[in-house]
Amino acid sequence: MRHHAVKTESSKPKLVFVGNGMAGTRTLEELLTLTPDKYDISVIGEEHFGNYNRIMLSPVLAGEKTIENIMLNDDEWYRRNNVVFYKGEQAVAIDRVKRQVTTRNGKCIPYDRLVLATGSTPFRIPVPGNDLTNVLTFRDIDDVNNMLQLSRHKQHAAVIGGGLLGLEAANGLRKQGMDVTVVHAYDAILNRQLDKTASRLLQDTLEQKGIRFLMNAATDSIQGNADNEVCGLNFKDGRQLAVDMVVMATGVQPNISLAKSCGLQCDRGILVNDVMQSFDPAIYAVGECVQHRGQLFGLVAPGYDQARVCANHLAELGIARYTQKALATQLKITGIQAFSAGQFDHVPDSEEITFFDGQLGHYKKLVIKDNQLVGAVLYGDTQDGGWFFELIQQQTDISPIRDQLIFGKDFCQWPEQATAPLPAAA
Amino acid sequence: MVNRSTCAYCGVGCGIEIHTNSDGSTSVKGDFEHPANFGKLCSKGSSLAHTLTGEGRLLHPKIHGLRASWEQATHYVASEFTRIIDEHGPQAVAFYVSGQLLTEDYYVANKLMKGFIGSANIDTNSRLCMSSAVAAYKRAFGEDSVPASYEDLEIADLIVLTGSNTAWCHPILFQRIKSAKAARPQMKVVVIDPRRTATCEIADLHLAIKPGTDVALFNGLLNHLQASGKTDAQYIQQHCEGFEAAMASARQAGDIQQVATLCDLPASDVAEFYQWFADTERTLTCFSQGINQSSQGTDKGNAIINCHLATGRVGKPGASPFSLTGQPNAMGGREVGGLANQLAAHMEFNPQDLKQVSEFWQAPNIARTPGLKAVDLFDAVAAGTVKAVWVMGTNPAVSLPNAGKVVQALQQAELLVVSDCIETTDTSTYAQVLLPAAGWGEKDGTVTNSERRISRQKGALEPLGEARQDWRILTDVAAAMGFAEHFPYTTAADVFREHARLTRLNRHSPRKLDLGNLAELSEQQYDELAPVQWPVLDNMDSQRLYGDGHFSTDSGKARFVAVAYSGVSHPVSPDWPLALNTGRIRDQWHTMTRTALAPPLNAHKPEPFVEIHPDTAADMGLEDQKLARIQSPWGSAILRVNVTDSLRRGELFVPMHWNDQWARGARIGELVNPAVDPISGQPESKHTPCRIEPWHPQWSAVMLSRDNLPIPDCDYAAKIRGKHFYRYELAGDATATDLTAQAQQFADTDAEPSVLYQDPRQPAMRSAWLDAGGLRTCIYIGPGNSGIIANADRNWLSGLFGKPELDAIERKALLSGKSPAGVEDCGRTICACFGVGEKTILKAIREHRLTDAAAVGKLLKAGTNCGSCVSEIKGLLAAN
Ligand SMILES: Cc1cc2nc3c(=O)[nH]c(=O)nc-3n(C[C@H](O)[C@H](O)[C@H](O)COP(=O)(O)OP(=O)(O)OC[C@H]3O[C@@H](n4cnc5c(N)ncnc54)[C@H](O)[C@@H]3O)c2cc1C
Ligand code: SF4
Ligand code: SF4
Repeated sequence: MRHHAVKTESSKPKLVFVGNGMAGTRTLEELLTLTPDKYDISVIGEEHFGNYNRIMLSPVLAGEKTIENIMLNDDEWYRRNNVVFYKGEQAVAIDRVKRQVTTRNGKCIPYDRLVLATGSTPFRIPVPGNDLTNVLTFRDIDDVNNMLQLSRHKQHAAVIGGGLLGLEAANGLRKQGMDVTVVHAYDAILNRQLDKTASRLLQDTLEQKGIRFLMNAATDSIQGNADNEVCGLNFKDGRQLAVDMVVMATGVQPNISLAKSCGLQCDRGILVNDVMQSFDPAIYAVGECVQHRGQLFGLVAPGYDQARVCANHLAELGIARYTQKALATQLKITGIQAFSAGQFDHVPDSEEITFFDGQLGHYKKLVIKDNQLVGAVLYGDTQDGGWFFELIQQQTDISPIRDQLIFGKDFCQWPEQATAPLPAAA
Repeated sequence: MVNRSTCAYCGVGCGIEIHTNSDGSTSVKGDFEHPANFGKLCSKGSSLAHTLTGEGRLLHPKIHGLRASWEQATHYVASEFTRIIDEHGPQAVAFYVSGQLLTEDYYVANKLMKGFIGSANIDTNSRLCMSSAVAAYKRAFGEDSVPASYEDLEIADLIVLTGSNTAWCHPILFQRIKSAKAARPQMKVVVIDPRRTATCEIADLHLAIKPGTDVALFNGLLNHLQASGKTDAQYIQQHCEGFEAAMASARQAGDIQQVATLCDLPASDVAEFYQWFADTERTLTCFSQGINQSSQGTDKGNAIINCHLATGRVGKPGASPFSLTGQPNAMGGREVGGLANQLAAHMEFNPQDLKQVSEFWQAPNIARTPGLKAVDLFDAVAAGTVKAVWVMGTNPAVSLPNAGKVVQALQQAELLVVSDCIETTDTSTYAQVLLPAAGWGEKDGTVTNSERRISRQKGALEPLGEARQDWRILTDVAAAMGFAEHFPYTTAADVFREHARLTRLNRHSPRKLDLGNLAELSEQQYDELAPVQWPVLDNMDSQRLYGDGHFSTDSGKARFVAVAYSGVSHPVSPDWPLALNTGRIRDQWHTMTRTALAPPLNAHKPEPFVEIHPDTAADMGLEDQKLARIQSPWGSAILRVNVTDSLRRGELFVPMHWNDQWARGARIGELVNPAVDPISGQPESKHTPCRIEPWHPQWSAVMLSRDNLPIPDCDYAAKIRGKHFYRYELAGDATATDLTAQAQQFADTDAEPSVLYQDPRQPAMRSAWLDAGGLRTCIYIGPGNSGIIANADRNWLSGLFGKPELDAIERKALLSGKSPAGVEDCGRTICACFGVGEKTILKAIREHRLTDAAAVGKLLKAGTNCGSCVSEIKGLLAAN
C-alpha cells in the first residue's frame, strides 16, 4: 500500500491491467520494452499466482512438468519493473466516469488507461447435474490441482469434449492412472483442428494408450449420488456411463461480465477496433475476452499479436494495427504429433496434396489454392509444420516447389534466382 | 577350382579363368596366358559371373508351353521336321543359328541340314555381322581367310579403324592398340566413322565420313596411291589379277577434292590420310560392321583390300586388311560352313567339293545348291514356303532388319523350334517347342576368334535344370530322324575330331583351312587344348597368311575387284530426311539376354536412346533427355533423346540392343530397312532413312522394385536390372484415369501401398510398398514434364534396395524421390567396373584439382580396370 501511495502522487498517467494471464502480461512486457517509464502500472489478477504459461497446464496434469516449471513471471519480476501487482484480487466494477477499478476487497484503483485481459471461462454444458461435486473444468492451476488430487482416489473419469483441451485432459488423467472415457458429441475427435483421416489416426493412437471414446454422445444429464457427488452420465440415446469424476472441456466463453457491467459495448466478446481499443478509448482489451471483426480467439498466438499492437498504441507509437492471421494448432500429448494450420476442410476451389504412410501412421495434407498454400494438416510427422505455417502466412507462390512441398523444406529447392521467395501479399 | 575358358561376348575371344569357390560361387578373371588378352578383360567380360544366375533360364523342354521330357521333345521336333519334309520337301525347313554357338554345335547343325535333310537352309546371325567381309575375302583371296593377327595391332605404324568403334565393341583390342601407341607415339591411328566415337580418343585423325561413301574414299586412295607412284608394281604383277579393271573403276572417284566433296570431309583431312597410307609400309586396316552392314558391304571390303594388294600389304607384319568379327564364334561358324552359301569347311557348292563332302559324310542326299540367307529366309517363312524353322541361340525378332515382319513370320510358321538358354525372348514367345540349351559357363567346345585362334570354351558348371549342349540336342534329333549312324557323337571332342578331319580335305586345294593335326586329339588333349591359330600343320607359321603372295585361288593369285561407289539403297528424302545408324554400346551385348542381367553393365546407358546432333535436335524441336518418336517407312520406336555433337548433323544413332524383354517400343530393328548387299546378303543396318519428332506422353512414371515385374503394357517402357532391384521407366499416351489402380497394376500387387502421395492437379501419384520396413516397390507417376520424373534420384532410390530396413529419414524422403540432405548422390555411373559415378568424379576433379585421367584413377580407381571409361573421364576433365 505504501507503493500505492507513492504512485498516486506521481505525475505519470496510470495504466491498469485487469487479468494477468497470457495476453495481458504479454502486453505489459511489450510495453515495458517499448517505454519502461511512461506509466504508473498496476496489475489486478484474480489467481493466486504470478504469470504462468497456461498452455503448459496439460504437461503438468500429465505429470511431465511441475507448476514451478511453467511460471513465467514471479512476484519479483513485478517488483523489479515497478509494477504494482494485486495478486488474488478480483476486479468487480469499473467506474468509467471516475476512471477507477474496484476490487472484491474494496480497493479502488484509479486509471488513465485500462487494459482488460480477462480471458475466458470454461463453458459448462447446460444439463442437470452440471454443478455436482467432482464435475470440474480445465483452465487454471486450481483446476489442475483439483484433478490431480481427485485422481488419487477416484478411478473412472469422463472428459466431455473431444477437442484439444479435452484430449489433453484425458491424456493427463490417463497418465495419472485413471480409467478415462472421452465423450464427444460428433463422429470425429478434434473435428475443428483435423480432417477425418488425421482424426481417425489420432483416435487410434489414443485408444492404444488406453483412452476410451464414446462418439456421437450427447450428454442428457449428469447423475449424482446421495453426497451430491457425480456418479454417472446419461446420454440422449439412452447410453449410460458410470464415472466418479467429470471434466467439462466443451469450450470457453469470453469473460466479459466486468466489461458488460460498466456498459462497454460487447457482443460475444468485448468489441475492439484494430488497435485493440474498446468503444471507450481509455479502455483496451486483448486476448480471449475480445471480439475483433466478429471473431473470437482461443489460442495464444493471436493474443500475442494483439498484445504487440496494444502495447504499441499505449506507447503512443500508434502505427501498428491488428490483422487476423492463419492459425496453427499443435496437440501437446507426448508421443503424438498433430498439427494443423489455415483452412483445410472442404475449401472451395482448392486442391489437396496428400501423403500417407499407413504403417507409421504418418499423414499429411496440404491445401493449395491459387498456387498458394492455405492449409495444412499433419499427423505423425509435424516437423515441417512451422515451415508450412510460414508459407501459409506469407502467401508464398509455391508452384515452383509443388512437387516436393509436402516433404518439407529440406526437400524443396527454389529455382535459381527465386531463392528468397517474397510473400505474394507483401 | 579353376577352369580355362573364353569370354562369351565379342570376337576378341579373351581367355577367361572361371574360379569356382568352395562355397559353390563363381568368379571370373582374365587368363594371363591367353594370347588374345593376356589377363585383361573389359567391363562385359568382367561381369560374366553376374550372368551365371538361374534368372530367366529355360530349364526344361516345353511343347506348346507345357513341360515335356527330352524324349518327347526330341521326338516331336524330329517327327514334325520329317513330316514337313515329307509333305513339302527339304526346302520347306530351315535352321537359323548363331555366332554364339560353339564350333561343335555349328558343325552338327550344318551336317544335319546340308548333309542329311538335304537343304542348305541354314544361316546364321553372323550374316548380320560380317558376311560382307567373308564375301570380300573370298573374292580377293579365294577363301574366307583373315590374313592378320592381333600382334599386328601392336607393330603397325598406321592403324586405320574404319566402321569400327573398337573402344566399345572390341575393348581389349582397343586397349592393346592404346598401349602400343603409348609405347611408340609415332604410331598413327586414323578413325573413319560418321560418329565421333569413344575410339577417337586415340585417333590422330578422325574422318567423320558421310555414311555409305566408303567405296569412294578407298577408290580415291587407290587412285592416289597409283598417281603418287606408291603402288607395288612387281607385287601386283606377280601375285595379283584384275588390277587394271579395278584401277579403271577407281579413277572414277576422281581427285582428293572430288572424294572430299562426296564423302563430306575436309579435303586436307583426306589428303593427310592418303599421304599417311601411301607412306606407311606397316599399315593395318581394321574394319567391322560400319563397312559390312551395308548394301555395298562386300564392295567396301574389296575397296579396302584393293589398296592393300596394290601396296603388297597383305599378311605381312603390321600390314593387312583385318576384319574384326563381332561374335565370339562367328569365325568358327564360318569354318564349319554355317552360312547358307557355304558347304562345309570352306568348301563350296561345286561338283568337286560336293562329291568330297558327301563321300566324307556318307550323305548321298547332300544339298546341291546354296540355301536362303537370313533376310530371305524369314521372308520365305512369311511367304509360307519355309514352314519349319529351328532358331538356335539367337533372337531374330529383335536383331533382323524390318523386325516387325520377322515377328509376323515367326507367328505364322507352321513349326517354330527355339533352343536357347533364356526362357523368354522376343523370339521364343512364338515358339511351339522350347529346348533348354546350356549357357555360357556350362557350354563345352571350341570357338575361333578374329585372328583365327581356336580356344577351348570349357564349362565350369553343370548345365542348369535339364539344359543340354546344343550339339547333343542336334545329335539326338538327327538320330530320331533316322540318321543315328551318321551322328555317333558322345562327346564334344568326337565332333571336333570329325570337323578337323573334314578340313583336311582342303589339302587337295589351295585353301588354307586345315586343322589336320587336331583330328587325332585324345579326349584329354582336347580338354587341355591350348589356344592355337589355324592352319594347324607341322612346320607352318600360322600367325599370318598370304605373306608369301600365294593365295587360295586356283591361280594362286589374289584378285583385285573393280568396285564403284553406288550410295545407299534407301537415301534420305524430304519425307524421311534423317539417316538412322545403329550399333552397339559398350556394356550391352546383342539383345541383352545376358548382359542385362549384370547390374554393373546396366548403369552406363540404362535406357534405350537416340543420339542426335544439337542442331538437328533444335530443328526437330527435341530436348535432351526427353522422349522422341522415330519413324521409318518400316516401323517406329520411342526413345530417350541424347543430344551430342559427336554425330553428324542429320544423322541419328540408336543402339541395337533393346527389345521387348527390357523395353516397349524400343526395338530399333523394326525400323531398319530390309535392303541387303547383293553378294553377301548382309543388311544395311547402318543407314535407314527416317524422321524424328518429340513425343509428349500424357503421363510418365519411374518404378523401382525388388521384384522382377512384368513390363507394363504402355507406349514406352524400359526395364533396367540393378543390384537387388529392377527399374522401370514408363510413359503412356492415354490419359490416366485411376492412377492408384494403375500404380497397383504396374507394381503387380493387390495390396494397398504402404506409403502414398497424391496430387490431384497434375495428376500425380507416388506410392511405395514396404515389408518389414524394407523397400519392395516404389513408383512415381506424373506428367511427362514434371519435376519428379526428371529429378527422382534413381541412384539413391536404387541404393535403398540393398537395405533390410529404411531408416526414418529415408522413409520420409522416399516418395520425394530425393535423397535426404547431407547424403551424397554419386550421379550416373561412369566406371562400371568400380561403380564410380559422374558426380563423384566431378567432385574429385574439383576438390583435388585433378587434371588427368590417371590422377582420377589413382584417387577413385575409375578407369583403371579395362579403361574403357577413360575417354568419358577425360570428357569430364575437359568440361571442368
Ligand atoms: C490446459 C490448456 C491448454 C492450452 N493449450 C494451448 C495451446 O497449446 N496453444 C494455444 O495457443 N493455446 C492453448 N490454450 C489456450 C491459451 O492458454 C489461451 O488462449 C490464453 O491463455 C489466453 O490468454 P488470455 O490472457 O486471453 O487469458 P488467460 O490466460 O486465461 O488470462 C486471463 C486471466 O485473467 C484473470 N481474470 C479474469 N477475470 C478477472 C477479473 N475480473 N479480475 C482479475 N483477474 C481476472 C484470470 O484469472 C486469468 O488468469 C490452452 C488453454 C488451457 C487451459
Ligand atoms: S573384349 Fe570381347 S572377348 Fe574380351 S572380355 Fe570384352 S567382350 Fe569378352
Ligand atoms: S568403367 Fe570402367 S574402368 Fe572403368 S574400367 Fe570400366 S569399364 Fe573398365
